[in-house]
Amino acid sequence: MRELFRGKLVRITAEEPETYAKSEVHWQRDSEFVRLADSDPVQLSSEKKIREWAEKRFEKGPQPDRYSFTVRTLDEDKLIGFFGLWINLIHNEAWVGIGIGEREFWGKGYGTDMMKLCLQYVFTELCLERVSLGLHEYNARALRSYEKCGFRLEGRTRRDILREGRRTDTLWMGILREEWLQMQNGENQ
Amino acid sequence: MFDIQTQLFEGSDIRFGPIDHEKDAEIESKWTHDSEFMRLMEVNPARPMSAAMIKKQYEKLEKQLEEDKNLYHFMIRSKRDDRLIGKASVQWIEWTNGNGFLRLGIGAAQDRCKGYGSQALQMLLRFAFAELNLFRVSAIVPEYNEGAIRLLKKFGFVQEVRRRRSLERDGRRWDLFVFGLLNDEWRNQA
Repeated sequence: MRELFRGKLVRITAEEPETYAKSEVHWQRDSEFVRLADSDPVQLSSEKKIREWAEKRFEKGPQPDRYSFTVRTLDEDKLIGFFGLWINLIHNEAWVGIGIGEREFWGKGYGTDMMKLCLQYVFTELCLERVSLGLHEYNARALRSYEKCGFRLEGRTRRDILREGRRTDTLWMGILREEWLQMQNGENQ
Repeated sequence: MFDIQTQLFEGSDIRFGPIDHEKDAEIESKWTHDSEFMRLMEVNPARPMSAAMIKKQYEKLEKQLEEDKNLYHFMIRSKRDDRLIGKASVQWIEWTNGNGFLRLGIGAAQDRCKGYGSQALQMLLRFAFAELNLFRVSAIVPEYNEGAIRLLKKFGFVQEVRRRRSLERDGRRWDLFVFGLLNDEWRNQA
């Protein structure tokens, strides 16, 4: 059987609301991080608010259309980021959102390792047909990482984001189950 | 001179109006019993809805209009007899980025292919660009909705994204398109 929760650099975890809130309150203060990850205006929430939000999700219990995980490094066991899946159970598609809040771990292969674990989870455990994501055109690091994981560019919504007085595109990417399976066969040879 | 005389909600054969809580639910309930219409309008599973269920949806919708401030919704009526023929909306508006998504549907089979959709889209675009001042609008359409794709192209929408095999219907998978139109592209046509 495959190891689902452990990659080359990181492992997938679930954290207590307090632990998660402590990290999140620190990550959100890095406005560059938030502006790479999201298109909403940057907002600061209190640690209490984030904890309550995490607790509420915990109270609700596992939902079949929503998975959200945190990620720790293998060597220092440091909580560095998260990924979330929003699943359309009718059409067997997942949207993924991923982020590394600890910026010293950017550009070193951690995100790619996280995304590979995420795709493996989607295609082998959730058994879905495709995974989708969107990113800002100016997030070149993310684009390279997603391409390495097998995502293909499927188009761009022109100039839909306004940042610092400039218009930029949103890029849309997707990977199909069969493409992912083909990549696995290639890597195993 | 500001052109504020042009009526935003009046077309040549149709007009935009608010929900009529007394009359509209019966008619919309009939539309939901037409699986073809539902599958063209929705990627969620088609299901027949009773008038009471539709009325509940109206309540929810009006609450949303009031609270969320990122949605505008219109009922499309025939000017001749005030009959409900469809609905149109601008949704998921991001005010900071100036973008939003359009939705449009002509409910009854006998009202389709009569140019009502075209008139409604013209009014909806004017509303989105000249009243909401959006920078751009998008529309999401499955590849099998050929009528919608023709209409969008007629208005200068550009196919920007092809989400490969995103939907499953009738035992096969279909692509989903995202179309986009920018405010200045719309202005240059007019």
